[in-house]
Amino acid sequence: MDDPLIAVLGAGVMGTGISTLAVGHGLPVVLVDVDEAVLERARAATATGLRHAQLVGALPPGRAPGELRTTVSLDDIAAAGAVVEAVTERADLKTELLAKVSTLVRPGTPLISNTSGIPIDEIAECVQRPGELIGTHFMNPAYLISMVEVIRGRRTAEATVKSVLALLGRLGRRAVVVRDAPGFVTSRLLHPMINDAARVVSEGTATVEEVDTLMQGCLGHPTGPLRTADLIGIDNLVDSLTVLHARTGDERCRPSELLLEKVRRGELGRKSGLGFYVYREAAS
Amino acid sequence: MSAEVHPELASVVEEKIAAFVAEKTGTRPEVGQDLFATGVANSMFALELVVFLERTYAVTVAGADLQLPNFRTIGSMAALVGRLRAEAAADGDG
Repeated sequence: MDDPLIAVLGAGVMGTGISTLAVGHGLPVVLVDVDEAVLERARAATATGLRHAQLVGALPPGRAPGELRTTVSLDDIAAAGAVVEAVTERADLKTELLAKVSTLVRPGTPLISNTSGIPIDEIAECVQRPGELIGTHFMNPAYLISMVEVIRGRRTAEATVKSVLALLGRLGRRAVVVRDAPGFVTSRLLHPMINDAARVVSEGTATVEEVDTLMQGCLGHPTGPLRTADLIGIDNLVDSLTVLHARTGDERCRPSELLLEKVRRGELGRKSGLGFYVYREAAS
Repeated sequence: MSAEVHPELASVVEEKIAAFVAEKTGTRPEVGQDLFATGVANSMFALELVVFLERTYAVTVAGADLQLPNFRTIGSMAALVGRLRAEAAADGDG
């Protein structure tokens, strides 16, 4: 188990970023998705991500990258030392997939559900060994942001927490372990704030740039909430807000019309080249 | 042939990079200004700078060149472009 194989499920923005992080730290990765075209893009994005990480000094020096294998066959994860599920932010999809995964891997393999807000215990019901299920909330890009929120579910075993913290340490991440709740800590605080920032813009109080500039200059936010929305992906943000609204009843979490409109138009943020800002150089 | 390097082009390269930074960030930097220390650029924008230089000047930034210090100022980026183009010209048909 010197170099455990990391299985990553879902080759979207987060799955690709986590894969990049792992191979960048020398661990082999098998990245699974249902769509070959998505995997093709993920391979290219991983190569770009590794360059990005090297550029800003986010990779350990002198370590050869791990091998990245991509596949559409879930059976290829059987030998994994840890599984990271990073599919779309919907409890039903995560539950169905992790139930299947728990029958494929060896007992003792941590099942890590990467989510920005779905309570881990909702999924634990359906896996074979609920003690092996744990949550993480990586930020985007996972290979640049060194802090990770870790979620201990009601049934998560201590051994699972230990093993995942060791893995994160190996990936050069720092972790804070929190209890299970909708949106945990970071999304519970950040997502309604971004939602409000979009409302502020819709109401004509200030422009996108003005909102971000004020939040940066007055409150020390590193990029501003609307640039953060573009980085998260506005579709993902709406999914997470929907999760939060359904579980907390907090009206500040009901996705604002401007966010919904952007999703309808395909203006999803950085990944689509356009969101609150234009990213034509970074896209494609 | 067009890869031949003229010394006077450095200022043209600097101007083009500065215009790109101004367009993307809303701030027009000085040639020697540290874009990262002064908050004009961050780690996300760093990659956009690399991609911009590679596409605009048909160069590849790799290996030891792929490090933030090369992208700190307009001047350091222009110098990198100048060196990579000179190396490409020397490696090519000349």
